[in-house]
Amino acid sequence: MKPDRRSFMKIAGTSLGIGVLYSAVPAAALTGEAGEMFSFLGKRNGEKVTPFSFVQLSDAHVGFNGPPDPLGTKAFERAVEMVNALPQRPDLVLFTGDLTHDTEDKDVHAQRMKQFKEISSRMNVPLIKCVPGEHDAGLDHSGLYREFFGETYYSFDHRGMHFVALDNVSQGKPKVGAEQLDWLKKDLARFPKSAPIVVFTHRPLFDLKPDWEWFTSDGDEVMNVLVPYENVTVLYGHIHRDDTHEEGHVHHYAAKSLIFAFPDPAKVADKKPIPFDKDQPFKNLGIRQVQANAKGSTSTSSIAISDIELTAREFLGINGVHQILKDPSL
Amino acid sequence: MKSFYTRFLLIAFVTAVSFFSAGPMSTPVNAKSPRVVEITAKRFGFSPDTVTLKKDETVVLRLKSEDVTHGFFLRALKLDEDISPDSPTDITVTPTTAGTFTTICDHFCGANHGNMKMTIVVE
Repeated sequence: MKPDRRSFMKIAGTSLGIGVLYSAVPAAALTGEAGEMFSFLGKRNGEKVTPFSFVQLSDAHVGFNGPPDPLGTKAFERAVEMVNALPQRPDLVLFTGDLTHDTEDKDVHAQRMKQFKEISSRMNVPLIKCVPGEHDAGLDHSGLYREFFGETYYSFDHRGMHFVALDNVSQGKPKVGAEQLDWLKKDLARFPKSAPIVVFTHRPLFDLKPDWEWFTSDGDEVMNVLVPYENVTVLYGHIHRDDTHEEGHVHHYAAKSLIFAFPDPAKVADKKPIPFDKDQPFKNLGIRQVQANAKGSTSTSSIAISDIELTAREFLGINGVHQILKDPSL
Repeated sequence: MKSFYTRFLLIAFVTAVSFFSAGPMSTPVNAKSPRVVEITAKRFGFSPDTVTLKKDETVVLRLKSEDVTHGFFLRALKLDEDISPDSPTDITVTPTTAGTFTTICDHFCGANHGNMKMTIVVE
């Protein structure tokens, strides 16, 4: 199967529920013509894209205690075990918000943040990056969050990919805001339009279900900044369920939560968590392993844990590189 | 008898003045002052939880909070306001489309914020 020509990065796999395992640039894509293009892109971007994998986890809500999930942090801890059991260690873990559940008691909230850091530190990965959710940062405009996790929006490069953390919760509203938009424009300005960019944030940047607060009010403005870039993938959480959305050439992917699941808004009127099933405590959170490999065929994952779902998604495609080759002005 | 006629004429005069003044005075006031609908936000709901408006009628939604800052978001009517506990927020709206719309609090206000909503019916 030829690499996808429409986008440099395309997520080809499906479903892991408690988190998502991404494989960036499968090794097969580095050979032959594609390999030469990746080398060219590496020179352009300053760092060659080389194969690696990363995991997205979301919505642990440490401190939550309620009927939809009386097991508290069990699913989160199981996910940590699962990440550690992966046959190939991921380079990094992206956590897309709601690390903790909110409380007005600052000391209690601080304790929850400590607990989150303790559990996540058990993961045998070199790098963990987070963005806040509204339950972490909505009540105090991310004051406590920043004490524990640092800035709420930032960017970094990893193996030729540019990662952008966006904060759409700290103003109390589902909003990014003018200051962060300006920062985003400046941050991206130094990259060629073909650079592979992964944006991770908490809320969807499009109107997924406004009545359920599944949107970002200035998401269109964010997308206007991102759309000129040809290889953008947006990862988010918040909705406690899988979702994929394609708008233009930008792909948006949601990860399931580590605490409880929400139903499909197209099928139910009320936003109520799916009830806890004591016989299947991790149902809708985790694991039903499905993995599509780079050639599009479905194969069995080697992940040993059987009760938590891990979604494997793979990036491939080289069109962005083609465009660089065709346009000498870049 | 004289006092009877005097009293009769006086009552008739007052009645007539009252009747005619009510119309001309009240009509322009109503035309210039939209109906005010008060909505109060309090963790984690709105009161009343349903408001009925008339299509093409301009109304003022007077939003109040009894505790913390809340939001008032309705994409269909392009409403996105904060409701401060310090002072009311007035929004003038003229709905042009009939229907039933869900309005949510979109300013995070606590654990059950995600289900804080009300209904606006436009007839």
